[in-house]
Amino acid sequence: MALPGGHADLTALRDAIASGAASAEEACAATFAGIKAHGAALNAYHETFEEDALAQARKVDADRAAGRPLPPLAGVTLAVKDNVCTVRGRTTCSSRMLGNYRSPFDATAVERLERAGAVVVGKTNLDEFAMGSSGEHCRWGRVANPWDTGRVPGGSSAGSAAAVAAGLCAGAIGSDTGGSIRQPAAFCGIVGLKPTYGRVSRWGLVAFGSSLDQIGPMTRSVRDAALLLDCMSGTDDRDSTVADRPPTALAATVERPIEGLRVGMPRQYVSDANDAEVNEAVAACADAYRAMGATIVDVDLPLTDVGISTYYVIAPAEASSNLARYDGIRYGHRAAMRPGDDLAALYARSRAEGFGPEVQRRIMLGTYMLSSGYYDAFYTRALRARRRIKEEFDRAFAACDVLLGPTAPTPAFAFGANDDPLAMYMCDVYTVNTNIAGICGLSLPAGFAMRGGKALPVGVQLQANAFEEERLLRAARMLERAVAARTSAHAPAVHA
Amino acid sequence: MAHEANAPSLTAAEVAHVARLAKLELDPAAVERFRPQLAAVLGHIAKLGSVDLAGAEPMAHPFESHNRLADDVPVEGLPIEAILMNAPAVEGRFLAVPKVLAEES
Repeated sequence: MALPGGHADLTALRDAIASGAASAEEACAATFAGIKAHGAALNAYHETFEEDALAQARKVDADRAAGRPLPPLAGVTLAVKDNVCTVRGRTTCSSRMLGNYRSPFDATAVERLERAGAVVVGKTNLDEFAMGSSGEHCRWGRVANPWDTGRVPGGSSAGSAAAVAAGLCAGAIGSDTGGSIRQPAAFCGIVGLKPTYGRVSRWGLVAFGSSLDQIGPMTRSVRDAALLLDCMSGTDDRDSTVADRPPTALAATVERPIEGLRVGMPRQYVSDANDAEVNEAVAACADAYRAMGATIVDVDLPLTDVGISTYYVIAPAEASSNLARYDGIRYGHRAAMRPGDDLAALYARSRAEGFGPEVQRRIMLGTYMLSSGYYDAFYTRALRARRRIKEEFDRAFAACDVLLGPTAPTPAFAFGANDDPLAMYMCDVYTVNTNIAGICGLSLPAGFAMRGGKALPVGVQLQANAFEEERLLRAARMLERAVAARTSAHAPAVHA
Repeated sequence: MAHEANAPSLTAAEVAHVARLAKLELDPAAVERFRPQLAAVLGHIAKLGSVDLAGAEPMAHPFESHNRLADDVPVEGLPIEAILMNAPAVEGRFLAVPKVLAEES
């Protein structure tokens, strides 16, 4: 199903606007018509910026009419996850803690995308502070999956995934700490790219796990992901952890197939714990690669299931440190004081009222594991396991170019199906190790599973070594083309 | 004192202690709600105990690059108004906070 106006993806819309075949204003107006018609059913957006967006779009049309050169994203509509700072509107992290927070600056990624001509249409809902895998833990209400509104869109970049899948924007950005771009992309039938750690500046991304977080694109196609990453990657003086590398130029190469591609299939990734359709989609993708002349390589990643344990030490530990800044003093929620309350009571009550249960759980886990007597047993041990996981990937990538496997063990599940926190954490078993090792990973649609008479998308994940995005995206584009017949068989129930 | 990362059975007192360290005001019902959930996650994490970590140095960050220094030139900070616009309580050009020092009795 295409975007309003019949454009297949963001790149097609961009080309149509640049050639004058489409008006940016009309495309933007159609986006807002879609948001008005379907916004309530999905709850993808927390806030939208119709007037500003239309004004920017009109300026693009005027520039084109006047023959002025257009930047690479001129007039395309973009949604921004609400943990990425924007001067326009609020930046709430879907939390009561930041319910009224207005950022005094734009995130570097947003600044660059806007400079490239993108029109930001709104801020999308997430699991509070990006902690969650379902889109249910959002202060502003749960987000629904456009394919079946009785099911979750995945998380934490829930609203961005739902908005892209339903055509309520041409593309979006999300953030990925342990799978928060890729898993919702898989559940909503779109492409989600977690770039290599350090590819995109984290300046203006509200910190969760600082050694794991990356901003990345969520799009309708692989080439769109390439284009958006090209426009937001590169060094930034405001983030000392960004890699000292020039911006990517992936859009120029993404259509070129890789000859002699070696696809690694980790044994541990295809398991009885996955739904049958998930294993079937991975097998179909392997067949498709084989048919294109790729070599399939058997890969052993025995530490796959150690990833969750490692992640749920490192991520909560970093979160408990990062979220210590929310104290009710300089910004964020401040609780009402009672007679006799001291400053410590103000901190503790403001935090208890401002943070939801999942955030509190992770803060307590991190605090526990970093506390005296437990630090070495948990935190240091997890950092050593992290080294082992990285070494395991290094060995794998000596024998293959990309790894193929499932993005998640199941398609989208029903609301409330994973109320147990540990069960929810297990949804990320195939995605957390990408972040732990700092490499890049991408989810793309590969088929469907029928549940209750409805078609639910099934995604597969490709991973490549650090800074190998060119290889990752070219391999993904080959697969996207090869499985097109499988992925175009159904359309979302909710779509603009 | 070092503890092994094996499945700990958390007591309510331990959860309350962690909540105090984490600056979270929890009532006894909340402590009781969190207790089994935290214990279950800590139990799962005990898997780390089975990994052979001999010779594995801790890896705190994906890329072990060297310190990066910015040029030593002054840059403009945010204006006071931009800082104060998000403050929950303001007095003039200052953030207002409750009394930090107890009064003499």
